[in-house]
Amino acid sequence: MTELLIKNGFVFDPLNKVNGEKMDIAVKNGKIVEKVNEHKAKIIDAAGLTVMPGGVDIHTHIAGGEVNTGRMVRPEDHVKDAVRKTALTRSGTGYSIPSTFVTGYRYSQMGYTTVMNPSMAPLEAKHTHEELNDIPLLDKATYPLIGDWWFVLEYLRKGDLEECARHVAWMLQTTKGYAIKIVNPGGLESWGFGRNVHSIDDQVPNFCITPREIMVGLAKVNKMLNLPHTIHLHTNNLGLPGNYTTTLDTMKALESVPSDGKPNMHITHLQFSSFGGDGWGNMRSAAEEISKYINTHSHVTADMGQVIFTDTTTMTADGPFEYTLYQLSGHKWVNSDVETETSGGIIPFHYKKNNAVNATQWSIALELALLIEDPWKIYMTTDHPNGGPFFAYPKIIAWLTSRKARMATLKKCHKKAQKKSLLPSIKRELSLYELAIVTRAGQAKALGLTNKGHLGVGADADIAIYDVNPETTDIARKYKAVRKAFGNAAYTIKDGRVVVKDGEVVQNVDGRTIWLDVQTAEPCRIDEQMKNKFREYWSVDYANYPVYDHYVKVKDPITIQASV
Amino acid sequence: MIVLTPLKTFKFPVTAECINPDVFQGKTVAEIAALPVFEGNRQKTLGELFKIEQAEGDNPSITINGDASEVRRIGYGMKTGEIVVNGNAGMHLGEKMAGGRIVVNGNAGQWTGSSMKKGLIEIHGNASDYLASPYRGSTDGMKGGKIVVDGDVGADSGCYLSGGLIKIKGSNTGQFLGYHMSDGTIHVEKNAASRLGANMTGGKIVVSGTVEEMMPTFTIDSVKPKVKIDEAETATGPFYVFLGDLAENGTGKIFASKPNNPNLKAYEKYL
Repeated sequence: MTELLIKNGFVFDPLNKVNGEKMDIAVKNGKIVEKVNEHKAKIIDAAGLTVMPGGVDIHTHIAGGEVNTGRMVRPEDHVKDAVRKTALTRSGTGYSIPSTFVTGYRYSQMGYTTVMNPSMAPLEAKHTHEELNDIPLLDKATYPLIGDWWFVLEYLRKGDLEECARHVAWMLQTTKGYAIKIVNPGGLESWGFGRNVHSIDDQVPNFCITPREIMVGLAKVNKMLNLPHTIHLHTNNLGLPGNYTTTLDTMKALESVPSDGKPNMHITHLQFSSFGGDGWGNMRSAAEEISKYINTHSHVTADMGQVIFTDTTTMTADGPFEYTLYQLSGHKWVNSDVETETSGGIIPFHYKKNNAVNATQWSIALELALLIEDPWKIYMTTDHPNGGPFFAYPKIIAWLTSRKARMATLKKCHKKAQKKSLLPSIKRELSLYELAIVTRAGQAKALGLTNKGHLGVGADADIAIYDVNPETTDIARKYKAVRKAFGNAAYTIKDGRVVVKDGEVVQNVDGRTIWLDVQTAEPCRIDEQMKNKFREYWSVDYANYPVYDHYVKVKDPITIQASV
Repeated sequence: MIVLTPLKTFKFPVTAECINPDVFQGKTVAEIAALPVFEGNRQKTLGELFKIEQAEGDNPSITINGDASEVRRIGYGMKTGEIVVNGNAGMHLGEKMAGGRIVVNGNAGQWTGSSMKKGLIEIHGNASDYLASPYRGSTDGMKGGKIVVDGDVGADSGCYLSGGLIKIKGSNTGQFLGYHMSDGTIHVEKNAASRLGANMTGGKIVVSGTVEEMMPTFTIDSVKPKVKIDEAETATGPFYVFLGDLAENGTGKIFASKPNNPNLKAYEKYL
């Protein structure tokens, strides 16, 4: 394999505490190495350019049953963004739910190399992996929805945490998943009966268990299994005015799980969980309350869930929430109940600047990202496509790094939202170093991906080079140039191969699929009773349920030794 | 004036949104010939597919002589000028049009005038399905302007209409005319097929000929002697006036000619 030497770039590598130093990066056999033979290696002259590790996205819906259903209900979304084939790349469609190939190309064009698909109904695991196989240029992993899985609920009710842990380990192996995803715990099971839970202490029908017990139980299970990521949580009451109290209760509940100063929970798309007020009329930002808690506690990480003012498609396993959105918008929608596992809903949504609620949502996400002082605790996402499509990331980068940029957008927002917004009082502007944390280093750290998100020796040679000169460009003022540079990477290097140059795909490579192979001391109890349940309640028999290895095109399992 | 003549009978669809007076404006024949188009999935230039000539006079701005039934997106988003097609025109003619005029001396394909905002489209032959309707899945219907069809129209025409006027002079329409329309006017000078105005929430459909079937979700409101079509025109009846679609809590109106629809006489007892 070719050797590569990236010379004289300004390197931002927060995990190795490199802050804009001019240095060379050497690559051999797809890994970062100490040095290479300068005469033999291919030289990339990065003088005057910014060099960062490849982008990591902790939460983006890019594959699986709900994504595909979303594609089916939105032909009008594709027609406005048709992508022609080129000699190298395949045709496809875009906008809010791009086809698999276009997803790969567009992420790579922004310098991203690793993405996480956060919501996979276990029953749809095979479908999800088939789609992930078709997404080029990126390493990816997916989180199975475990928070409303019948067996887990039963083990937790019995208090049998060890058996529950073994079962979760089996689930991760069976679905080839990466982390424990919990969506509106208890609410999805209730939704099967047309109901929902409204606080973390509500009873889940038929299971005699509360959301609190599910979350705390699974956080303990997560620890027993030594999983690299924490539990990945979509809170109860998401997207409803006044829900910040539920979010605070949730974070407080997780304090009981010992964490030794490390995070034990990740709240995803935090913006949707930080609404104040008690109705849509007086809905306000609760970013202050939430950020105050997170600033003083070390067990929480979160991602933004930024809203972009555009026509997008919302999709989540949180069926009851999608029903709320349907009642608000009257738009066409899809509702599903995935047997014994989870629910789901899809509805097109147009976020508008002149809508007070939408504009406040836009403001909340930025307030959170700026008020939470430690960038290692909050990461940049749009919860693609729920807040907006992922290729709007350069816009968010501009808002985060430039007060001028965000004030320019705020000025065009609804008057009521402008008045309530905390943004005018926030002076903070992220530096390129902090930006590297919120877009790659922090996310890789939270995910426990040791080879990603940094440029130290031994890391995967996933590198992004942007046309920004930190010595001559004031990123806070030249936000339009920053937006352009981060939307069109000068180079994206995946496993030591240049895949994007000047924003164009120049080489096609397959990315790997990462999953966890959790080794428990005793195997999970799989008895006749369990198989019978599959026969009685699932449409797929136990024997046909697992995602076998041959389903995954490029395999990259990570072996974990559990302590049970 | 630019005259375009197809150099062959097109076997594959040609996507040519560049055939637009705004795009041609100020360009030489050579520059116009170099504009990119797609033939099937191959990128070509306009000059490879059409003979391009400059002719005397400014009006119309573009004339297409010959069969353009495989040429899509003619006049896409045009704001000014005039296009005359002496032959058939393909799909998406005048889509998102915002002004100017298109005349087709032949038939027009599907989605003619889709999502148009302003301007005038005259079709002297028949129009196919989805006349003035938005793309599948979209609710972004025709918002303004005027479409006049001398012949028949296909199914699902005038869907999500929210402004403007569609005049149909031919003897037949397809089903679901004015589906989910919220405003604007459709005038059918002769006969209308079934599912007329399904899901409509506003606007009016005037049928001077026969109505094949009135949906059960419409209720009779009154009988009126005449109805205004636009500033210049009034249709004389008398007309039965129906309100609906009640399944959508709609307040749309269907005016059905009383003398031509004796089958609707039964409704009179509810007046």
